[in-house]
Amino acid sequence: MGERFIEGWIFLAGMLAIVVLLGIIFILLKEGLPVFSHTKPWDFLFGTRWYPLADPPVFGITPFFVSTLMITLISTAVAVPIGVACAAYLSEVAPRKVSETVKPIIEILAGIPSVMMGFIGLALLSPFVQSLFNLPIGLCGLTAAIMLSLMSLPIIVSVSEDALHAVPKEFKEASYALGATRWETVWHVCIPSALSGIAAAIMLGVGRAIGETMTVLMVAGNALAVPVSPTDPMTTMTAAIANGIGNAVRGGPQYQAIFAIGLVLFILTLAVNIIAERVLERQKRKFAR
Amino acid sequence: MATAILNSRKITQQTAFIFLALATVVTVTPVLFIIIYTTVKGGGAISWDFISQFPSQAGRAGGILPAIIGTFYLMLGTLVFALPIGVLAGIYLTEYARDNWLTRLINLAIINLAGVPSIVFGLFGLSVFVLAFQFGLSLLAASLTLAAQALAMVITTSREALLAVPREFREGSLAIGVTKWQTVRHIVLPQAFPGIITGAVLAISRAAGETAPILVVGAAFLLPAVPLSPLDQFMALPYHLYTAAAHVPNMPEETIWGIALVLLVVVLSFDILAAIIRIKTRQRK
Repeated sequence: MGERFIEGWIFLAGMLAIVVLLGIIFILLKEGLPVFSHTKPWDFLFGTRWYPLADPPVFGITPFFVSTLMITLISTAVAVPIGVACAAYLSEVAPRKVSETVKPIIEILAGIPSVMMGFIGLALLSPFVQSLFNLPIGLCGLTAAIMLSLMSLPIIVSVSEDALHAVPKEFKEASYALGATRWETVWHVCIPSALSGIAAAIMLGVGRAIGETMTVLMVAGNALAVPVSPTDPMTTMTAAIANGIGNAVRGGPQYQAIFAIGLVLFILTLAVNIIAERVLERQKRKFAR
Repeated sequence: MATAILNSRKITQQTAFIFLALATVVTVTPVLFIIIYTTVKGGGAISWDFISQFPSQAGRAGGILPAIIGTFYLMLGTLVFALPIGVLAGIYLTEYARDNWLTRLINLAIINLAGVPSIVFGLFGLSVFVLAFQFGLSLLAASLTLAAQALAMVITTSREALLAVPREFREGSLAIGVTKWQTVRHIVLPQAFPGIITGAVLAISRAAGETAPILVVGAAFLLPAVPLSPLDQFMALPYHLYTAAAHVPNMPEETIWGIALVLLVVVLSFDILAAIIRIKTRQRK
């Protein structure tokens, strides 16, 4: 009896991850889909104006979508070369002592709260960006993207490093035997062999950047126009949710529109994560023996 | 001729390695800079009064006691909800689940749950815990929301810790007629304990720094009292930092850095605690 009882609980706990995930999907659909009773799907996805307080209110998420896209692309473009180079250094070049000191520091970076990064961007990076590009205000997409690139570095470094470590020793030995230098081996053998793992690292970094809220909320400038240049102030999808949810009346049009943004965000990150997972699986199988 | 080529290849290698090292420096420097700079700028604000007093003048003066207490309660709440369920789920996956579609579905759910943006967890918590369950904008609703977010991590680390327990331990126990649950309870769990605790500590460190979900489920910037019941509203360090830095005009700079420093110390000390437990257990084995 006692045993059956506890095993029942174990089973229920096992199911909970599914329940929570389905619960999230259900809530986003239930609260978000009614937005289409007053806004056409086309106008919602491709409308360039977001006026929740106008009469009638207008909900077009293009400004947020473009902001998210721009910031994510820039932060990824900055973080990937640095992250992969760092991973290559740690796994192929650095003396053991150096990599053993550096790795915990990178882990600390992963642990720094995003609100802290937002504050650093606000207090230190934005005045710098402002004077560098001669901007009226330093809170813009570029500043946010730089902070985000820093935040996605730990995951890119650690997943890329795992991928580089998984490259069989025989590959490198064969390369040395042909007379290649260590660098030629890293560049022509290690990195190409680990490419799918590195791709997964990039996808995970992208997923992190798309979903990040506090840093972009504090640093990106919160303008509602569709951004044209990286130095424009902007509002990402996550920041739009954070900005709007406090004023939205439960069940009202704005409330629905915000949950619908959440739905779009959820689908985007889900797609990115599933791709990353697929690629990672393939990488694991590649060198499995 | 041949030596010239060899030399140029050597030079290429040197140059490339310098760039790789440079990338590492670029990754590491900001971390050290953030920690040192925050300590220097915020150190002056830290005093006994700062951590033991209520804020006054809209947070511009006084201390941050209620934010510290609120964050402590949130960590506790996350732990209370996420740890037992996460560990039981880990036990299900390692000890009971067969390799079938249901198990694959659970694993898929865990992976994807880990990638859901924190603000979406906030919307989930608002709709389910705050409104549907009628917990209101409360410590309870926020703890449940953070626990839902921590779940994937606690399950994953528990599963890994349980998987690391050698098969012989279980077989030995089962062979002398002990039931499956008793084996798990008295043989497997104690062995996996350090790993599980490491995951739990990391999860509450994450919960302490998390801002977006509690912003949605109703953290408050200023409250006259510390929460006395789980259904009370609460203040929290990360939300306090966000509001002080982004929304309060004429906030003394040193105070903001002081809040940042306290938050950083709370979060990083739990991260370091997790690292110490991990290293200690590795040495023991």
